[in-house]
Amino acid sequence: MPQQEIEVILARHLAEHLAMPIFIVNPTGDLLYYNEPAEVVLGFHFDETGPMPAKEWATVFQPVDPSGQPLLPDDLPLVIATTHRYPAHKNFWIKGMDGALRQIEVTAFPLIGQADRFLGAIAIFWEVPA
Amino acid sequence: MKVTLWGTRGSLASPGPDTVRYGGNTSCVSVEGPEGTLLVLDAGTGIRVLGKSISSGLKSVHILLTHLHMDHLQGLPFFEPLRIPGVEVHIWGPASTTQNLEARLMRYLSPPLFPVRVRDLLSELHFHEVSANTMRIGEFCVTAQLIIHPNPTVGYRIWTSHAAIAYLPDHEPALGADDFPHSKEWTSGYALAQEVDVLIHDSQYTTDEYQTRRGFGHSSIIHTLLFAGLVGAKELVPFHHDPAHNDDVLDQLITQGIEAVQPSFPVTPGKEGLTINIG
Ligand SMILES: [Zn+2]
Ligand SMILES: [Zn+2]
Repeated sequence: MPQQEIEVILARHLAEHLAMPIFIVNPTGDLLYYNEPAEVVLGFHFDETGPMPAKEWATVFQPVDPSGQPLLPDDLPLVIATTHRYPAHKNFWIKGMDGALRQIEVTAFPLIGQADRFLGAIAIFWEVPA
Repeated sequence: MKVTLWGTRGSLASPGPDTVRYGGNTSCVSVEGPEGTLLVLDAGTGIRVLGKSISSGLKSVHILLTHLHMDHLQGLPFFEPLRIPGVEVHIWGPASTTQNLEARLMRYLSPPLFPVRVRDLLSELHFHEVSANTMRIGEFCVTAQLIIHPNPTVGYRIWTSHAAIAYLPDHEPALGADDFPHSKEWTSGYALAQEVDVLIHDSQYTTDEYQTRRGFGHSSIIHTLLFAGLVGAKELVPFHHDPAHNDDVLDQLITQGIEAVQPSFPVTPGKEGLTINIG
């Protein structure tokens, strides 16, 4: 496995020290890292799963809008941040591995390094109290 | 290739009777290739003596700056080839997100910080920005990559078909990594230093000093030894010594570090004047 870009390494270090759930993906949307608070939302542990291809981890959740309609992948903030390199925010519902339905707010933003290097994206989740 | 250390001190030049063995000049290393290409890594105060030692027949020289902190830049206007008409001087270094390399350098090379301006230098100056790229310089391949140190800072890997060295004078790979060394994939500088013949690396602090200076961008000697082990370096040269560490302290620090880590590779203390021939 090659070395990650320095900005991605620093982002992971920051995520490891924060209490909000954070996901870090590479430019093609593959999940590179998620922190401990994100493990609670996902229902599994980074040490066990390691990085996950975009297809695999995107299907783990079943995202629906407030009216119960499934969300298209293109409407998800992290997909917008990686495909359009644009920050995005959304409120929706997900069903994690534990089967529980949770309302979450998600903010995602692209990671752009010096010399316009596109490095991936970061998503921060807030669980909306029931 | 022939590698010579002209300045090994970090942060501030520290001349005096207590630092004669390791040296008091700040970061500067020359790398000469078999076909005569001359690379100069950083322009700390050590570059002045290097400039005086260069023969009058010099046609071109490449100065590779890791970053623009003063201890890596202060000697630049005292580098004699800059005052020789017709000598091609190529300066490579990181831009910032808002200013190019030349503009960043001009902040130091202009009054009131310095009486001479860049445009007053007589040599033919060329500026090249690096952040994450590999370039060909004479018989060398040089890879630059951003590493953990405040303000944009790169490290360099320099190689030919016979030998490779890595130069990371200011580097804190242990920042934020509670269980350092964590993994190769998630360690700053790994790609640059992987299996090099010689690794020249920041070793500024004792373990106790590091506790109160996290985030300053430097390593303890123990971190340096662990990093060199992780990357599989064949020889380590601890470098960028703290101005407060005299010769005796440095002897002790390096000896204790080796006893604690028991590295499988030789450790050659970074002393001013040290020359290593590789390949
Ligand atoms: Zn320095
Ligand atoms: Zn520095």
